[in-house]
Amino acid sequence: MLSEGSSFMKGVFLGGLFCLVLSLLSSFSPSTESGPEDLHHHHHVMAPSKDELTRFSDSRMQELINQVRVSCIIMVQPKLIVYWATAVDTWSKHCDKAVFYTSEPSKALEAVDLNEKDDWARLRKALRHAYETAGDLRWFFIAKATTFAIIENLKYLVLAKDPSQPFYLGSAMKSGELEYVTYDSGIVLSYEALKRLVNVFQDEDKCPERGRALWKLSEDKQLAVCLKYTGVFAENGEDAHGKGLFNSNSVETLIKDSMKDNPNNVVEGCCSDMAVTFNGMSPSQMQVMMFGVYRLRPYGHDHLDSLVFLPPEGSDND
Amino acid sequence: MSSYLFFSIGLLLGFVSLYYMLDSYTPLSENLPMLPNSTQNIRILCWIMTGPKFLESRTRHIRATWAKRCDKTLYMSSVSTAFPTVGLNVREGRENLYWKTIEAFQYIHKHHMDDADWFLKADDDTFVVVENLRYLLSKFDKEKPLYMGRKFRPFVNQGYMSGGAGYVLSKEALRRFIKGFKTGECTHFSSIEDMALGKCMETMKVEAADTRDIKGRQTFHAFPPDHHLVRQLTRPRPWFLLYDTYNSAEGPDCCSDLVVSFHYIKPLQLYFLNYLTYHLRAYGYKYRFNPDEQNPEKTADTTSSTSP
Repeated sequence: MLSEGSSFMKGVFLGGLFCLVLSLLSSFSPSTESGPEDLHHHHHVMAPSKDELTRFSDSRMQELINQVRVSCIIMVQPKLIVYWATAVDTWSKHCDKAVFYTSEPSKALEAVDLNEKDDWARLRKALRHAYETAGDLRWFFIAKATTFAIIENLKYLVLAKDPSQPFYLGSAMKSGELEYVTYDSGIVLSYEALKRLVNVFQDEDKCPERGRALWKLSEDKQLAVCLKYTGVFAENGEDAHGKGLFNSNSVETLIKDSMKDNPNNVVEGCCSDMAVTFNGMSPSQMQVMMFGVYRLRPYGHDHLDSLVFLPPEGSDND
Repeated sequence: MSSYLFFSIGLLLGFVSLYYMLDSYTPLSENLPMLPNSTQNIRILCWIMTGPKFLESRTRHIRATWAKRCDKTLYMSSVSTAFPTVGLNVREGRENLYWKTIEAFQYIHKHHMDDADWFLKADDDTFVVVENLRYLLSKFDKEKPLYMGRKFRPFVNQGYMSGGAGYVLSKEALRRFIKGFKTGECTHFSSIEDMALGKCMETMKVEAADTRDIKGRQTFHAFPPDHHLVRQLTRPRPWFLLYDTYNSAEGPDCCSDLVVSFHYIKPLQLYFLNYLTYHLRAYGYKYRFNPDEQNPEKTADTTSSTSP
């Protein structure tokens, strides 16, 4: 009797183990829930998981929602007027404050004209202006005219992060020893990071306004150098599964790549559900994105999100 | 001896019970949530009009995206293959499209009448959001002779539905279509599939329904989203909206949030729209359009026909 019982139990155990092994083998996918910490080559900031958010009390959640307000700094030029107009008409309406800084004045659209031809100097002036006029806004998002952003997903990413700590995030790349956030896919700075940056602008040795004549670094790398002096380092913005949220390419380019690399799982292998930015989308496609992100959905698929963002006033394409 | 028996039984039991436990744990993104009751008893059979030339370049991407959300999907071609495609007794080519449509519906009537309540025809470059089609159809009586799609004004008095945008026949509509060809009330009088079918529907007293949402926005679209959504400065009506029965808007009011279809969608765009519909979203965003709420304000023109 005992030997039969133990044979039975051995059978159950082995059967279950076999099944587990089979299913793990067949569903093995490279993305993991919470990856091992040091296998990343860079620092990263991950969006909160559903579980993390449910741990907050309702009042704490409301505090966080009120605190996570974003000031958008959008660098434009008249030669990109259609992109500029599209940014005005689309995603920038979801910023708590959106200010356009231009290289030259335009009769068609309003912007802060910093009267500065040099790209790096102009960016510095824009950042200083944004810092001085921040009011009670504590998160800053720097974009180009060709960027498309989903501000709600940015808020979700930084929701539980303290803006009085230095945060500098986006799509983090490495150039030699320097780790920097690429400009194309948008740059996020917390209030503390911006404060330190504006302070180090005054140091002509560490952070010169006119780049040294021989080699001119791109603005995003210059930004990284200056921030590094203040002890602020670039971090890669990722979703709860480790997928990058900031994209330097358009959705179409990413899907095209995915059709080649993951032909059997094109959409899942492409981009995060909570993506924050894309770059290089045409103005028409940005209108399609507004429809796709803020309106189009399949009836009956309800997400039980832990917080609510209301639609902006006076807008009809979201 | 009997311990081996117990071992085998245990092995089987262990395997099976773990299999069912794992099966019920599906990753979040693949979980197709329970639909509200009203839409659950709606069965849709989708048939895709295609041909051997397009299986690799187009149809397999339809199969990889929206087609699996139909209760039954058939790929209609002139050649039977392991894709699987149904081999109809027709030739390929534009001039044979209405023959293919007639043959396809005859085939469905013969073999699949009981598999569905509604029958959708789509092209191999149509993108369909099946859940939104279900929702739309739940507002109609499936026993009635009804025909849905993007209504065009010319040629047929009650209007006919664009072929590319996809159209849906109720079971009774399908019965009458078949009957029409038996009695000679309907004939192959033209190779223009959508217009000819529309004429048959009118002849057989099948009603061409109004499928705009409660704000008067269109759900079926004969062109890609950028044709409809992009706001233009005021100008004369663009050519591709001239056929519309209802005063269709350009810009954001063109399209319902719960859109049903777009047309001329290449494979890359199929995946793009799939991503936008089922994946990419704004976290926590409260949608402006909530059709299940009472007293919506109409934003689009809901008059029944355009003025000349």
